[in-house]
Order: sequence, then structure tokens, then C-alpha cells
Amino acid sequence: MKKKLHKHLLPALLFIFAAIAAVLFIMPTVLTITNSFMTEKEISANYGAMIESASADKKSYISEELNLKFIPDMISIQQYIAVLFKSPDYLLKFWNSVILVVPITLFQLAVAALAAYGFSRWQGRIREMIFFAYIILMLMPYQVTLVPNYLVSEYLGILGTRWAIILPGIFSPFSVYLLTKVMRRIPKAYFEAARLDGAGEWQIFWHVCMPLTRSALLSVGLLVFIDYWNMVEQPLILLENEAEYPLSVFLSQINSGDVGLAFAVAVVYMIPALLMFLYGEEYLVEGITYSGGVKG
Amino acid sequence: MRSIGAWSWLMPSLLGVLVFFLIPFGVVVYYSVLDNPIFANFVGVDNFMNLFRNTAFLRASRNTGIFSLVAVPLSVVLSLWLAFALNARIPGKSWLRTCFLCPLMVPIASVVLVWQVIFHYHGTLNQVTELFGMEPVDWLKTNWSYMVLTVMFLWKTLGYNMILFMSAIAGIPQDIIEVAELEGAGGWYKFVHIKLRYLSPTILFVTILSIISSFKMFREVYLLTGDYPYESMYLLQHFMNNTFNSLDYQKLSSAAVLLSLVMIVIIGIMFLAERKFGEDVED
Repeated sequence: MKKKLHKHLLPALLFIFAAIAAVLFIMPTVLTITNSFMTEKEISANYGAMIESASADKKSYISEELNLKFIPDMISIQQYIAVLFKSPDYLLKFWNSVILVVPITLFQLAVAALAAYGFSRWQGRIREMIFFAYIILMLMPYQVTLVPNYLVSEYLGILGTRWAIILPGIFSPFSVYLLTKVMRRIPKAYFEAARLDGAGEWQIFWHVCMPLTRSALLSVGLLVFIDYWNMVEQPLILLENEAEYPLSVFLSQINSGDVGLAFAVAVVYMIPALLMFLYGEEYLVEGITYSGGVKG
Repeated sequence: MRSIGAWSWLMPSLLGVLVFFLIPFGVVVYYSVLDNPIFANFVGVDNFMNLFRNTAFLRASRNTGIFSLVAVPLSVVLSLWLAFALNARIPGKSWLRTCFLCPLMVPIASVVLVWQVIFHYHGTLNQVTELFGMEPVDWLKTNWSYMVLTVMFLWKTLGYNMILFMSAIAGIPQDIIEVAELEGAGGWYKFVHIKLRYLSPTILFVTILSIISSFKMFREVYLLTGDYPYESMYLLQHFMNNTFNSLDYQKLSSAAVLLSLVMIVIIGIMFLAERKFGEDVED
């Protein structure tokens, strides 16, 4: 009897705990989305106290307390209209993010796919040592890698331009590591069979290896995309012109006046990442799973 | 011939890594032992000594270190617990997994407003604690900011770590557990001596990844508080940013070299610890 109770009670408790935690986890995202449908007036009434400049020239009622609200009094797309038509700055910064992140993601995948093929198809002592060096480099925090990036950008004369972020991004070893691990799992027999059929290395790469790693490419691409979509450190150090800052950095300066449309900008910024997540959750999980275990 | 083939595939990546990371890192090491890049006199470890006397650097490393020491173990333990919980027979698993993974894909900059509202002096958290009769706390401008950082860190990293643990748990051979059960092993014995041992490579990996993410918390702090945070939130990246602004090459390069050495030592120690703990179950 006691055993039976134990058997039902424990999973139930677990479920309740996990469910509460899960709700807390999506809460910030959900709140951002629901708040983006409030009118600017409602936003400044609820959150005006957070922004000193806003409370200085108050015309409408601003509560002293911040009032985190779940559901808007009145659903309105006023904020979105303001973002899309009245404040071209935000769209420009969004575009800045796109032209940094898309080339980094695509070219990093291309370079990494070639290198991973090289690392997985032929193994040798020196190449193993290089692969190990890639792992160490991958594990270095930005505080270490940004200094060499800075020096080389200065030397090449690209410091202060977008190239200073894009070029090092393309050669980041992260996806080489992940794709190598995936390709090493492909049975050697596949390659040998293609070879016997008279295929050249390039044909084997393109017609045997690539189709087999397609889902891995997608999942690595997702991880790379979100990492750079979030970037803050690199633009602050490597870009000169604030007009070229991506939205991830610019959003922090939004508070100084435009709080009325901040939530809508935040939602616009999370849409690409969120859509990728909802469509590609399985790929994301797969990609994370590949990354497990440092030993290749 | 075959070997040449391998190198030509590696070439684009290798060239890029050499040009953008390894060669300039060599220059960084070189700068770290010079008095300045123009006169280039060898000064040995002087730059490192100056770094140890630099209060900003000391504060930044102390804050980053304390934060990592608290947040990383918490993240590892909680995500392991979550992974076991989601592996148990409970309803709505995939729905729960989606909720925990979601923060990974949501840009930090997007939700930072909500965090600000929650942790503001007149914000949600203080309103809640007030209901229980507690004094309001300025979460972002006192030492409580460590807690704020930890909450945001856990929010961001738990999902990723949980997935890693879930796939590792699925890989624990069931027959060994069954044999242990037949021999009368208790739940605790099974957990420590079988499950944890099989999970130890993943624990190692998750810990290293979490340490790296803990070094990235600058993003949250910057978005939350701007360039000048409360002093307990002054992190290594703030120090680096300031040093970049003043273009002090000696300080920058010696800090980068020092940090890379520390990382290599930490990673090395953890590898050895894992090898010792999980040695019988290596495949």
C-alpha cells in the first residue's frame, strides 16, 4: 500500500514542480509578447517609473510602483505601427543584425563542412593535434579571443568595419568541431562504396556526405545563428560607428525615451529566433545532443 | 597523395583560424612580456605583476569568479535534476521540454525589459516580498545582484544542459541497473555508483560549457545596467572593454594570456577528475 502511494505521489509531485518551473521559464517571453500589444499610454502608466526622463515630463498618470501586467487593458497594435512607420532607426538596426549574422552563419557552415570532411575522412597525428587545438580554442571565452581579433583587424585595416566581426565569425571553430563529430559517425563503408563506383572526393562529399549530414547542418546553423543574434561584446569593441550596431546592443539604449514601443521592438527582434525554434526544435535538440561529450 | 587531399579540405578553415586566432594570439603572448609595442624591451612577468596590483582587474576577476563558483554548480545540479525528472514517467514531457528550451532561443535583449521591471526597486519582486512583510531590496545595486545574475544565468542555460543530460541518461545501459537491483542495491547506490559514473563525461562537458557561458554574463549585465553597473556586477568583460577603450596593449594582452592559462588549467583539472571518477565505465 505504501509502495503504491509512493509510486503515484512522486511522479505527481515531480510533474507539479516541473510544470511550475516550466511556466516561470516561458513567463518573460510571454510577458514581452503580451505587453507589446498595449497602448503606449498604458505602457508608460505601468512602467514609467522605470525611466526617469519619462517621469520628468509626465502629462499622464504615472504610478510610482512598476506594475507588471499580464494582459493589456486594450489590445492595440499601436506600438508595432510606431516601430514600422515612425521610427526607422529600429528597422535599420534590425537590418544591421541581419547583415552581420546571416553571412557569418552561412559561411561558417560552409568552411566548417569542408574542414569537418577533412578531419573525419583522414586521420593522422598532426591533424588530431590540430583538432585538439580547435577544441581548446572553442573553449576560450571572448575575453581571450577578442584581443587577437582586435589586433589582426587593426593590422588588416578592417577595424571599425563589419568585416572585423564577420571574418573571425566565419572561422570560429565551433561548427567544425560539431560537424566533425557527426561526420565521424558515418560508416566508412558508404565512402568506400562511392569510391569503388568511381566517385571523386568532391562527388563523395557532395552526394554522400552532405545529404547524410543535412539535419546536423541545420541544427548547427541554429546554434550559430542564435549565438551571433545575441552578440554584444564584439560590436562594442570592434565597431566604430554606432549606426552600424546590431539591434542586440541598441535595445539596451531604448529605455531613454521610447519605452512605449520597446516591447514591440523586442518582439520583432525575437521573431526570427522564435520561428526557427518552433519549426526546428527537433533539430535544435539534435544539435545540442551532438555537442555532448568533449571526446570526439 | 591521400594526405594532401586531407589538407586541401582543411585549408580554408585552417588559414582563417591561423590568421584570425592563432598567429595574433602569438602576438598577444609576445606583447604580454614587452614594455610597449614600439620600444619592445623584454620585461618578463612585469605586466602580469602590474595586473595583480590593478584593483579594477582584481575586482573584475573576483566578481566573475564568485559568480561562476555559485552559478555553474547550481546550473549543473538543477539541470541534472530536471533531466531525471523529465525522464520519469510524467505527462506533457515534450511540452515541458519546449518551455525549458525556449529561453535558449529568445534573444537576451528582448526579455531584458521584463527583467528590469521584475528587479527594479519599485518592481514586481519587491512587491511580492512586501506581501510577506519583507523590506524592499535594491536588487541591482546591492550585493543581491549576484542573485539576479544567477537567476538570469539559470534561466538561459538550464534547457541546454538538461537536453545534454537527457541524452546521456538515455545512454546508461539498463542491464547494469537491473543487475544492481537484483543484488539489492538501493536508490542512492544506483545513483552515485552507476548513473553518475556513466554521466561523468557529460557532467564534465556541461560544467565546461557552463563556465564559458558564465563568462558571457556581461551581455545581461550590459543590457540591464549599461556601461557602469553596481560594483559587484563589474565583470571581466567590463575590465576588457575599458582596457580596449584606453588601448593599453600590455594590460590587454597580459590579461588575455593569464585568462587563457587559467581556463586551460581549469579544463585540465576537470578532465583529470573525470578520468579518475569515471575510469571503470569508459567505453
